[in-house]
Amino acid sequence: MKNEKNIYQSRRDFVRKAGRVLVVAPLVAVPLALAKKTTASGYVWQIDPFKCTQCGQCKTHCVKTPSAVKCVHAYVMCGYCDLCGGYLRQGVKTISTGAENQLCPTGAIVRRFVEEPYFEYTIDEDLCDGCGKCVKGCKDFGNGSLYLQINQSLCDNCNECSIARSCPAQAISRVPADMQYIPKEREEGHS
Amino acid sequence: MVLALMLLWQTVMMAQDRFPRPEFESGYEYPEHQLPLQRAVWLEYVDVAVLIAALSVAAWLALKKRSRNGLVWLAVFSLAYFGFYREGCICSVGSVQNVALALFNGNYTIPLTALLFFIIPLVFALLFGRVFCAGVCPLGAIQELTGFSPVKLPRAVESVMAAIPFIYLALTVLFAATGSQFIICRYDPFVGIFRLDAPFTMIVFGILLLLAGIFINRPYCRYLCPYGVLLNLFSRFSWRHLSITPAECTECRLCEDSCPYDVILPPEKAEYAGDTTGSRKRFLIYLVLIPLFTAAGSVIFFNLAPALSKVNPDVKLAMEIREEVETGTEATSLAAVAFKESGSTEEELFTREMDVIKKFRKASPWAGAFLGLALGIGLVSLTIRSSRTGYSPHRGKCYSCGKCFRYCPVQVKKDKI
Repeated sequence: MKNEKNIYQSRRDFVRKAGRVLVVAPLVAVPLALAKKTTASGYVWQIDPFKCTQCGQCKTHCVKTPSAVKCVHAYVMCGYCDLCGGYLRQGVKTISTGAENQLCPTGAIVRRFVEEPYFEYTIDEDLCDGCGKCVKGCKDFGNGSLYLQINQSLCDNCNECSIARSCPAQAISRVPADMQYIPKEREEGHS
Repeated sequence: MVLALMLLWQTVMMAQDRFPRPEFESGYEYPEHQLPLQRAVWLEYVDVAVLIAALSVAAWLALKKRSRNGLVWLAVFSLAYFGFYREGCICSVGSVQNVALALFNGNYTIPLTALLFFIIPLVFALLFGRVFCAGVCPLGAIQELTGFSPVKLPRAVESVMAAIPFIYLALTVLFAATGSQFIICRYDPFVGIFRLDAPFTMIVFGILLLLAGIFINRPYCRYLCPYGVLLNLFSRFSWRHLSITPAECTECRLCEDSCPYDVILPPEKAEYAGDTTGSRKRFLIYLVLIPLFTAAGSVIFFNLAPALSKVNPDVKLAMEIREEVETGTEATSLAAVAFKESGSTEEELFTREMDVIKKFRKASPWAGAFLGLALGIGLVSLTIRSSRTGYSPHRGKCYSCGKCFRYCPVQVKKDKI
């Protein structure tokens, strides 16, 4: 009887030891397998303005309210037009700063006279909710100097960006943390 | 790649340079646009340090100090730090997906912090049991602090529900490995509470779980958490584990009903077992069934692959576009509109779709095999008799919460601990 119990005990010990080896193996193997595929600096999420179609989901699908996506203005690309496709609603009767004329639903674009005939347009990020209406207007009727970017100081950097999941153009992707924005005007400096 | 980007940029510029750049005469200078940066990377390593410290404290509190109060305060801290301060991201539960994506996807490199968050709690589970669940995981902590009056579920319900995390884990790894979705993050019930801001459905799901958790303690941990499956496995082979009694169990039965998760195992003595031929027979039958279940699982999942692949956005889009090509119904979804605008061809899309489906065909049998194997081993373990003296927690399922401590009347002199 005593002998039999010993056999049980050793069998149990064997299972325990074998199990331990079996679970330790992947714990060692996974970091080894990923040794070359690990980065110390990590990622942030960003919109590629060249892929973005201004569908409007950045405003609604971000986990933050209001969205961490904001409109950014590439001034060097802007034509400083009086009749701005990004600022004014289509078919306005008068060109003015009247609320009924503005395309932006939150009035986040500030229009300022620079010199005849130029006007400067600045985004008030506190008001901007990332709907992208002005971006579409600017792309369709202007130079495309307005574009959407994720404001990294507002972004929670979710493991999977909830806008990226629903982005129809798959314009949002992980970018290395040392290059947190994809500016539209960046090439401008070179050419 | 760079060339393609340049070309793309050129075309974009050509299409959009409708108005020439103004030549200002008033000395106007272009304003500088502020592009604020993300939280510094080194702070993420602070998170890792906090994780290690919290795990060490949890292990000390659960195994050495045996203090339930200490664990509760640790849970409060973890909820505040990993929950409300770090807003539920980064978390070990979600890191499963990063690891899966990095292992099976060529162009993703995993952040070191995510890898550490995946590995460290498992190492601790292997050393001290599931101390991560006890008071470090913010998801566990919020449930630990809201579980007031535990109700026991029938064993049958409990064991059926306990299968869900396995399925969840298999699907999680499958979807992450094929680069389709991170479902743990998508269906994280409490992250909305941590951020005090979330879609309506997420808040409702989270609140409902917390309300249910008042009675059925830790519903997420028990019936959903995919990372718990791994911790369970590692904890079974742990080097040390929390014990109910500080010394020798007197089998007084006082702790028998103290566990809200019903994972305290009663003593089992060999002589009570009686005739063993029945259980031996069952053991052998189930042992034979393991490969059968495994094979069945992989066959079922192989056939499910096309259906499962529909969670991938490329596959979904390709289906819509194909329908447009075949039946003439115009594809009107935002994705379809964006696809038409992007200028890439249908062939490209369909090859991408085939690639994804191929990946699913390759990966999903493994997910099925895993589920079959888990079921088989689960059945076999039912037939194994154990000889235990005294009451002890089930090493795999015990969350090391320490609720059972105060039920044990055995006292040890202070200097002996």
